[in-house]
This record gives sequence, C-alpha cells and structure tokens, in this order.
Amino acid sequence: MNPLDRYESLVDDVDAFRAACDRPLPSVVRTNGIAATPARVREAFDESGVAYEPVDWHDGLFRLPDGNPGGNWPYVHGWTHGQEEVSVLPTLALDPRPGERVWDACAAPGSKTTQIADAMDDEGTVVANDNNLGRLSALRHNAERLGITNAIVTNQDARNFSTKPLAFDEFDRALVDAPCSCEGTCRKNPDVLDQWTLDHVHAVAGIQKGVLARAVQATRPGGVVVYSTCTFAPEENEAVLDHVLANEDCELVEFDLPLDADPGVTEWEGETYDESVTRAQRIYPHRNDTGGFFCAKLRVGGAAGDETDSAAAADGVVDA
Amino acid sequence: MSDETGGEAGDAPTNDGQRFDRLPATPADREVEGRASRAEVLDWWEERFGIDPEVFAEYSFWEKGAGKIWIFNGEATDPSEVEAIGMTFLRTRQDHWKPTGRAVSRFGRLATKNAIELDPAQASRFAAGDDQDLPEWDGDWGYLIATHEVAGESVPIGVGLYLYDELRSVVPKGSRADLPVVE
Repeated sequence: MNPLDRYESLVDDVDAFRAACDRPLPSVVRTNGIAATPARVREAFDESGVAYEPVDWHDGLFRLPDGNPGGNWPYVHGWTHGQEEVSVLPTLALDPRPGERVWDACAAPGSKTTQIADAMDDEGTVVANDNNLGRLSALRHNAERLGITNAIVTNQDARNFSTKPLAFDEFDRALVDAPCSCEGTCRKNPDVLDQWTLDHVHAVAGIQKGVLARAVQATRPGGVVVYSTCTFAPEENEAVLDHVLANEDCELVEFDLPLDADPGVTEWEGETYDESVTRAQRIYPHRNDTGGFFCAKLRVGGAAGDETDSAAAADGVVDA
Repeated sequence: MSDETGGEAGDAPTNDGQRFDRLPATPADREVEGRASRAEVLDWWEERFGIDPEVFAEYSFWEKGAGKIWIFNGEATDPSEVEAIGMTFLRTRQDHWKPTGRAVSRFGRLATKNAIELDPAQASRFAAGDDQDLPEWDGDWGYLIATHEVAGESVPIGVGLYLYDELRSVVPKGSRADLPVVE
C-alpha cells in the first residue's frame, strides 16, 4: 500500500496533498551565518552565474533550480549547507541562544546541529549525539566544513544518554529530531513510500518515546525540548508526545512557525491523545509547497524559579 | 589530567590517542612529552600568519592522536572521552606544523602574511587539488594560505605548500571540487 493513503482523512484537500507529494522538491541551501551573510551568498551566486530563488519566509534560504548545491564557491567556502526547507523549522522552534548548553540527541548528519551552532553565534556548547558511528563521520565533516567550534560530538544511544563525558549534567535546550518513517521526504526520495511498513512505524515509535523521555529528563527545569519528525504518522508524532506527557514532567507550549501549519491530531485509529497535542504543528506539503514535517515544543516542568524559566514559558505565546 | 603520576620515575604521562587532553598553558606546564602548549600554538599562528593571539583568547586547545590539535569554544571536561571537540586546527609533533584547511577557512581572513592571492584560473586549479607553478611568489616557503577574490573580498580557499616555485594544493581529497573559473 501507499502509506499516504492512510493520511487522507487528516488533510483538508486530498487532491492537493497527493499532487504536492508527487512533485519533486528543488535543491535548497541554508546560509551559514558563522561564515557569511545572505547578502554575501547572493553576491557570490550572482558573480558566478549560479541561479537561485529566495525563500520568502527565511532570508538565509535559497532554492537552486539547477541543482548541484555543492558545485559552487560559496559551498566550498562553507557559506552554505544543503538542507531541505522544512528541516530548518525545529531549530527555529528551539531558539537556542549564545552561551547555552544544547543537546542535539539524534544529530547526524548535522544539518540541525550546524544551524543550532549558527543560532548560538558559535558560543556555548552544543552536544551533537548520534548512535550511528558511520553517520557521525558525515556530521563531523559538515561541522568542520561550516567552521563550527562549539560542538562536542558523542556516540551514544540517546535513550540512555549519559552526561558523564560532559562538563555539566543538564541542558538548557534539547532537540529530538527523531529517526522516523520519513514519508514527509517522499518529494526528495520516493523510495521511502515503497519501503514503508507498519511494523517499522511501531518499532521506531518505541525508540522515539525513549529518546524524547531522556531529553526531557536531561533538560533543566524551565528548559525547552523540541520534538520533530518528517513523518505524518500520528503513531510517531502525537502518540509519542502523549506518552511523554503522561510519564515525564513537561508540557506542550504553543509556538509560531513561519509556515502555514495544521494542529496536531487528538484521535487516530481508535486512540485518543492529550488535548494539548493540538499545540504541535503538522506541515503538509500542499500548504507551503515543501516537504512534510511535524514539530512540537515542550517546556520542562519542575521548580526552576529563574528568569529563563518564565522566558521559556512565555515563548509559547509571544514568539514573533 | 587524570593520568598524572606524580613524577614517578619511568612512568611519565604519555599522549593517549583515544581521548582529548587540554594543552598546557606554556612549555613550563608541559607534562606529556612532545605536546604543544597553548602559548606555542598562539605564537605559531602569529609568527606564521600574523594573526593576533587575542583572536583566540576565548578558545581552548586540545590534543587527540599524535599531534592533532583541536580548537574549541565551549565547556568540556579534561580529559574528554568523546568523538570530537570543536574543530581540527593544527598538526604538531612534526618539523613543520601544518594548519588544517578548516582552520584556514575559518580564521585565515585575519592573516597579514603568508597568504597568496590566486587569480580565478589558479583558484579553480587549487580547489581541484592540482599543483601549479607560481614562480612570482617571493615570500616564505612552507605552508601558505591560498586566497581568491569573491565578490570584492579576499576569501581563504585552503592550505598550500610552497616549495621550489611551485604551489602544491594540500586540499584533502574529500574536499576537492571542480569549480568553474569565475572571472
């Protein structure tokens, strides 16, 4: 079966949804602010005749209609990084600040890690973890290519991540950009639809629950955890949030993304989820002509009592 | 460092290639034989490329493996048993220390000497990993920062080794690129 069939009941315009999923996506690069400004990247593209189109909701993103994002000088200089548009969303939701301690739990191949380091002005510590040693080499390559100096790379199972190798034992913010069944990337890689199985959905959902629970535990009271996937499957999205809300001290907060999104769903195939999962955001391909995505922002509970506690809580309502 | 042995004869601390150790501040603080000190690293960048040591004031420096130095701008334990800490920066424990291409890409724009400006065709050859004759260079031999102009500003490309009128590209194989000549 085509797994997209099962999501038709979730979308408002099935034909538009299916048509968007069938269209390929253009190559996109993100400006690496550690090395260059969007204006410099534009100048370099203009000078060398590289065709590009701006992305109206993010001035650091450029679509490259001719493809080949690595075949130009800005890339060689580490000014740009190939990254799908929706893939920049979790770091926007995480909103890391310079000087903070940030955990990227499932970090390889490093698109979000490097975007986090950029948002931190390369100051503070971002701990980039992945359980797959082979994929870690891609992460290290990307972090070096982009000139990032504030990342520590670890190779652990995120579900029982130990902070023992670190100089601190809790994070200000954590990103769980979880391994998933990836239907949302079908516009780039249609094979994901052929390889999809419900067994895999259920297996990976167990891993996702374990990683998100550990991220909440490893984040200080008042801190922020962002959960994201590139799947439409509620089993891997709202059900994971529902599980962690029930078992860990945290709450979902509202947040703004610069794209049109749909709220998380509270019912799926006979299951019901905590009402607050509607604060999560579903990005369907036909809404913004992007890949598919899911993103949720959590505030870790407990008595923090410091000023960043209230700042994190307020993020949910005042984010621009 | 946890492997300090209090100076027992025949059991001096040695370099452990499996972990990151912070560099000693000065040669006088050195306990592991052959390990570069922070002061020597900063002196080297100043002498070789004219980069003010103040640029690196907030960074820490670490060794893992034989002579590979890493630059880091965060919090870490010493030693650190992790996969990577910051960015590779400099190769020491050899006669001629060699900066990494990444270090040059990140900090090379601050160089005031031993940077060689390439024209568009030379820059493309360099990025492809090709060696080329450049007899017109009358500066130092050894490791240079190769630069070219991008939209009106000089930008480092990588590390070159200049010997006998020739600039050898030492861009690692995985980072080589076939790029159009941008006049």
